[in-house]
Amino acid sequence: MGNVLTIILQRLALGVLTLLIVSIVIFVAVNLLPGDFAQLILGQGATEESVNSIRRDLGLDQPMVARYLTWLGGMLTGDLGSSFAQLNFATNMGGANTVTVLDQILPRLGNTMFLAGVTAVIAVPIAVTLGVLAALYRNTIFDRVANIATLSSISSPEFFMAYVLILVLAVINPIFPSLSNIYDGMALSDRLEKTMLPALTLTLVVTAHMMRMTRASIINLLASPYIEMARLKGMSPMRVIVKHALPNALAPIINVVALNLAYLITGVVVVEVVFVYPGIGQLFVDSVKIRDIPVVQACCLIFAAAYILLNLTADIMSILSNPRLRHPK
Amino acid sequence: MLHGISRRSLLKTGAAAGVLGLTGMPLLAQTRGGKLTAGLNGANTSDSWDSRTHSDLFMIASASGSVFDSLTEVAADGSLKGELAESWETDDAITWVFNLRQGVTFHNGKSFGPEDVLESLQMHLGEDSKSAAKPIVENIAKMEKTGDYQVTMTLSAANADFPYLMSDYHILMFPAGQIEEAIQNGIGTGLYSVVSFDPGVRFVGKRVDDHYKGDTAGFFDEIEYIAINDNTARMNALMTGQVDAINRIDFKTEGLLNANPQVRIQEVTGNQHYTFAMLTDNAPLNDVNVRRALKYGINRQEMVDKILQGHGAVANDTPIGPANQYYNAEMEQLAYDPDKAAFYLKEAGLDSLNIDISASDAAFEGAVDAAQLYQASAGAAGINLNVIQEPADGYWSNVWLKKSFSAVYWSGRATEDWMFSSAYETGVPWNDSQWDDKDSARFQELLVTARGELDTDARRSQYYEMQQILRDDGGVIVPMFANYVQAVNNRIATPDTVGNLWQMDNGRMAERWSEV
Repeated sequence: MGNVLTIILQRLALGVLTLLIVSIVIFVAVNLLPGDFAQLILGQGATEESVNSIRRDLGLDQPMVARYLTWLGGMLTGDLGSSFAQLNFATNMGGANTVTVLDQILPRLGNTMFLAGVTAVIAVPIAVTLGVLAALYRNTIFDRVANIATLSSISSPEFFMAYVLILVLAVINPIFPSLSNIYDGMALSDRLEKTMLPALTLTLVVTAHMMRMTRASIINLLASPYIEMARLKGMSPMRVIVKHALPNALAPIINVVALNLAYLITGVVVVEVVFVYPGIGQLFVDSVKIRDIPVVQACCLIFAAAYILLNLTADIMSILSNPRLRHPK
Repeated sequence: MLHGISRRSLLKTGAAAGVLGLTGMPLLAQTRGGKLTAGLNGANTSDSWDSRTHSDLFMIASASGSVFDSLTEVAADGSLKGELAESWETDDAITWVFNLRQGVTFHNGKSFGPEDVLESLQMHLGEDSKSAAKPIVENIAKMEKTGDYQVTMTLSAANADFPYLMSDYHILMFPAGQIEEAIQNGIGTGLYSVVSFDPGVRFVGKRVDDHYKGDTAGFFDEIEYIAINDNTARMNALMTGQVDAINRIDFKTEGLLNANPQVRIQEVTGNQHYTFAMLTDNAPLNDVNVRRALKYGINRQEMVDKILQGHGAVANDTPIGPANQYYNAEMEQLAYDPDKAAFYLKEAGLDSLNIDISASDAAFEGAVDAAQLYQASAGAAGINLNVIQEPADGYWSNVWLKKSFSAVYWSGRATEDWMFSSAYETGVPWNDSQWDDKDSARFQELLVTARGELDTDARRSQYYEMQQILRDDGGVIVPMFANYVQAVNNRIATPDTVGNLWQMDNGRMAERWSEV
């Protein structure tokens, strides 16, 4: 087990380095975009005087490196700072600011996790079941239809799938609402109903990958001697696959499931905008629009951290699910 | 008794305004009850109840339209009526006495009085103030409490429109001594108190039980405004009945709306105008003949038909629109005339003209297409416009006021003076045509005279003349007024006259609309 621990520590250290690089890239990228917070928040009212006054208040007149180091310093002491919008608001009020980036992000992140959770609950069983069935009935009509359907849904852009679902399930057959404006204090049943369309959209997007991986890894194993042995014992094909092939195929399946979960957290931006779902993706889009760097940075770090952690989890799970990796010689 | 009251006499002594406010409403069969759910754009995660920062519909409809009140209010027909001020009077347009409404309470129980007015106005001052209403409030040299329910303001320069300016959506009344708290939680005197507010996401308000506006306004028990910045999502929400009303219809999908029997489109022409501004200090635009050539080289009707798809009206190179009091509708309309354009070009001593025109869809939707249409129509007169498509980001900082010929969007103003002094007075920051004394000393002189003029007829002729000067010599080409186009579900009743100063009945649908 010591081996696993070393891997975890190594990967975490690498993860921190990755986060650092991500933060530099994002910081530079946002600064390369034309216009800064002061100009964009003032819009047509951006006179030289008012732009400079906001820049001075927010420290935007400092050189880029200095601004980055200040942000990094805060970050290292666990302080993600406050959004430019909030700081600007505080100077308008002549008072101290109390709302931090974390206060803004956490409820949104909660909503996004909820959406990802609902999607995972729907998508993972469907994908694995479809994958097992496709392996079982490989090269039949069923296999082909399942493959074509999932591949077409993954190949279409998300917003297109979203609009198709809205058309079919909200406009023509009003089963689900097209607006997913969930809020605090909503009953769980209402919340689920409102979340259903974005969750189904994401399900369509992530199912294909997981399903095909399940199918492929099971088919891979079907040529193994021990499967042949099981078959010769007279087991039913279903039992062969579920009892004998599936456990050995778990590692790659878990891997791809974890990857897709990471995608659910980081890739929901477009879907959230289409359905007006108040998650972190929408906050991210809003913040990029006004070049609110502290919020953009924090969102990106969360996205990157989600990827790194879920990847790490995937690797560890595949080690734990494989005795040969668990007990190396 | 209300007969024969002209707008002017209402302005001069708004004594009857209170009465109008109570009895002058058309008696619609509007009844209390139900809920209004609206999907609105223009929302941001940086939104707050600080009215100094408001600039877009979502917060205007939530704050000025529901939770807060101003001293005065522009009614749907464009007339001015009292909101928290019952009446006002002046003799010289310099000293203004406002008599405040009695028995008004804020949502936290505090009663409304002169101190609240003074402190709320004070919010906009100060060296660091970024309030958009600073220029308005700065003109008040002295303000004091002159009675238990009276405030007297002395201006540094005469302004006959002062009561109009007090209806600005930035200038809302906050409770004195608790302004910070009121901004945190949204505590005003409006018809609806805040139930919940999630910036950039959602606002829910509940009708105040015992409100001074009584039964004449605020018919819904509850209102919910949902932030939907995405055009398609807003449309879907209306089509599937999840919201009762939406603002800013995408013209491309208008046919879908028309096909839906549950909803109707509501359209008003106001002062919102799209322009091409010329910097008149730069050659060759400093030559009035070049400007005239450019004015005759644009096909205004084509712009309305193709850019606005019919949802607008042609304009006459002045920013004064149908929602203004002294809109000069009789003035002869400038028409597309390549011969005249070529003639003026010759007057300027030129055979042809090559000039860059900067546009981006940040200026207004379709601005680049509009510039290209302009290019095509001006070509016939020997004017070669070179359309430069500028990046949308930073357009207002890097292009507008900097490039000598650029596309611009203006929402217009409630009064002539407000509009002129925002963008046509010598030296003001938003003067996007560098329009000043050297271009027309007469215009600048009239601007100051008309501002302090209390006589309606004199003022009308002054403003008419100013519009004419702008049409003939001005540095801004105003080809079109763009309508406010919004859509409403048929379960909601709307009055016959809907405000045209701003979208969604001037943002006051919570106050004026009701369930059928």
